[in-house]
Amino acid sequence: MRTWFLIGACLLLMVTRVAWAIDSEPPFSDPVMEHRYEHLLQEIRCLQCMDENIANSDAPLAADFRRQIHAMVAEGRSEQQIRQYMVNRYGDFVLYDPPLQASTWLLWTGPFLLLGIAILVVILVVRRRARMDEGREI
Amino acid sequence: MRRRLFFILPMLVLLALMGFFWRGLYLNPTIVSSPLIGKPVPDFSLSRLHNPKATFDQNQLKGQISLVNVWATWCVACRDEQQTLLVFSKQNVVPIYGLDYKDDRQSALQWLAERGNPYAAVAFDPIGNVAINWGVYGAPETFLIDARGIIRYKYIGPITPAVIRKDLLPRIQALRREGT
Repeated sequence: MRTWFLIGACLLLMVTRVAWAIDSEPPFSDPVMEHRYEHLLQEIRCLQCMDENIANSDAPLAADFRRQIHAMVAEGRSEQQIRQYMVNRYGDFVLYDPPLQASTWLLWTGPFLLLGIAILVVILVVRRRARMDEGREI
Repeated sequence: MRRRLFFILPMLVLLALMGFFWRGLYLNPTIVSSPLIGKPVPDFSLSRLHNPKATFDQNQLKGQISLVNVWATWCVACRDEQQTLLVFSKQNVVPIYGLDYKDDRQSALQWLAERGNPYAAVAFDPIGNVAINWGVYGAPETFLIDARGIIRYKYIGPITPAVIRKDLLPRIQALRREGT
């Protein structure tokens, strides 16, 4: 009985929507706007708490950011315009997804560069071993 | 020679990384530099704390070098800062304007009456919308505005006598020399 209850509770948790921090703003009736709003909440950093986006933060500043973004979405501004509004005031750091530009190219390409170097090293080592083995046979 | 390079290269990469991490240890991640520096003060219009019927807007920040200090009664660090600001305001170097951020008018008025008022005027921003427009993400923050109404510097954190001596006064003097 208890097991079934637990399983039921878990299933229920799976189907319910993720609960965001509670605000007074009503949800948008337009699903496009609602999607835009929720997507922006995921992307914008709460500068007061640093390592949280504003969707998950309880900080007062995050609530202010949400209210501001909600108002801008309601005005019909595009996602790009709203992102630019925040960047103009708080810098690129306010975005969780830093844009690709001169100062961030290493951040974006670094992992691939390292992977390339690693693959190159593996190839060189394997080849050398193969050569050494050949030498032994002869 | 090639073999040696094989060892030296990873060592150089490691040293470079260590250099970055070493520098990272001494950076303060809570200080985010403002992209508004060098830009005009954002347009705003707020009621004044002492006189709700009068407004305070960006035009009040033109014509002379000034400081705009973001503060609130709930901000603990603002308490320490206020004494420093009081002393500085009495030297009449530049006017200090207050931006009372997400505060309650009554408690703000009481606080200034009890502890002293360093501000030439205080704009009242109870919701914090204007503060967002100014790129504020906490209190206290202090902006240095030149005579054309352009933001020239932003200090994040409480103002201390050392901050005034090292960060604010030299910049104010530089602005004076610049003639703006």
